[in-house]
Amino acid sequence: MESVSCTVRIASPLRSYTSGASSVTAAGTTLHEILANLDQRFPGIRFRMVDEQDRIRPHMRLFVNTSEARKLSESVRAGDTVHVICALSGG
Amino acid sequence: MASTLWISTRKGAFTLRADARRGTWKLAGPQFLGHIVHHIVQDPREPKVLLMAAKTGHLGPTVFRSVDRGRTWCEASQPPAFRKAAEGGEARAVQRVFWLTPGHASESGTWYAGSSPAGLFRSEDGGVRWEPVAGFNDHPMRSKWVTFGTPDGEFLHSVLVDPRDPKHLYIAISIGGIFESTDGGSDWTPLNEGVAADFLPDPAVPFGHDPHCVAMHPLKPDRLYHQNHCGLYRLDRPERRWIRVGKAMPKKIGDIGFPIVLHPTDPDTAWVFPMDGRTVWPRTAINGKPAVYRTHDAGKTWRRLDRGLPSSQAWFTVLRQAMCTDQHSRTGLYFGTTGGDVWASTNAGERWSCIARHLPEIYSVTHAV
Repeated sequence: MESVSCTVRIASPLRSYTSGASSVTAAGTTLHEILANLDQRFPGIRFRMVDEQDRIRPHMRLFVNTSEARKLSESVRAGDTVHVICALSGG
Repeated sequence: MASTLWISTRKGAFTLRADARRGTWKLAGPQFLGHIVHHIVQDPREPKVLLMAAKTGHLGPTVFRSVDRGRTWCEASQPPAFRKAAEGGEARAVQRVFWLTPGHASESGTWYAGSSPAGLFRSEDGGVRWEPVAGFNDHPMRSKWVTFGTPDGEFLHSVLVDPRDPKHLYIAISIGGIFESTDGGSDWTPLNEGVAADFLPDPAVPFGHDPHCVAMHPLKPDRLYHQNHCGLYRLDRPERRWIRVGKAMPKKIGDIGFPIVLHPTDPDTAWVFPMDGRTVWPRTAINGKPAVYRTHDAGKTWRRLDRGLPSSQAWFTVLRQAMCTDQHSRTGLYFGTTGGDVWASTNAGERWSCIARHLPEIYSVTHAV
């Protein structure tokens, strides 16, 4: 499948990697490829979201448009928006 | 000699700086506000270099590196991480980088990191790229050594490098025990004989203990001390059986705590901060009356040092990385509390003064030159 371009909305705890940008573009056909592409441009960002076993970290949520993605194998299509959301409770 | 204390907290990193007299301390920070900072350690081989173990509530664990004494920091390009698990294998992920230790003086750029769940990692380029130490992380006995665990995961800490031999290492796992390697980490042997494990069904086990902090004297590396969940110990190698020197502590105080700190030049002198380990384990200063205890005779006797500390209603404790000495001829001793205060003594604990208040919960206090 040919790589497509998506918009990725970056949560504030990760914007130190994107020079403060809250929205960037990334290419790929799956979330796995999108995050790999993101990491090439913003080194280190992927490991803060995804652990070494390719599991989304417990306090991170990834949405493709309005649907939550539980696995990195989920497909993305041209024009999709990937939302990186942080989920934390307590003080 | 000026002094800098690096304060690692649940919400960021701070510094306290003083001139040679150490009479006035200036607080600066926070750096990395909102990060959970477990440990900041200076490289004695290259004092401009510092490493910081950190994460945030949301984001995964990492290591930051400074080459300008902490003014600026860069993230490791390859933080500590376990190997990708084989299909059906145990898929471990580092939850926090908990401990940092510079390598041997002859191995410039070498560092060790301990993690939770228990993992040992090594960098040979000053902390930029980290690799798992397979000799421990994939040891056929590892799953048995750390089988007890806690919901937060077990912590690997107290990575000690013998100054006489870079291949001679010790590590401690809370809960798991103390382990020794004589081949640079390729193989490991439990070293827990004589240590109590009252919480286990069979207390006479070779591993599964709960060491809270292990220290090796830099000038007498055969002398080890060890503050455990179940007592306070000393070991003089090549002996393998720990002696419970905490039995000499006052009965009403006991010998439970987190930190143990050694005098930089006198192997017979050490300090501990006892905490309440009775009934439901409050883990506070005992009866709300904090005190440091010091031995001058390798644990045969202990003396209470509480002048200047609160005399009542002070319910903090001191975590395992949150107490240290400095390198002055008149030894300074420092500790940070779970209540966010930093206390200092410039006369080896005889008198204390509070040098910072109202910081977040303090995880570690380390001295830098």
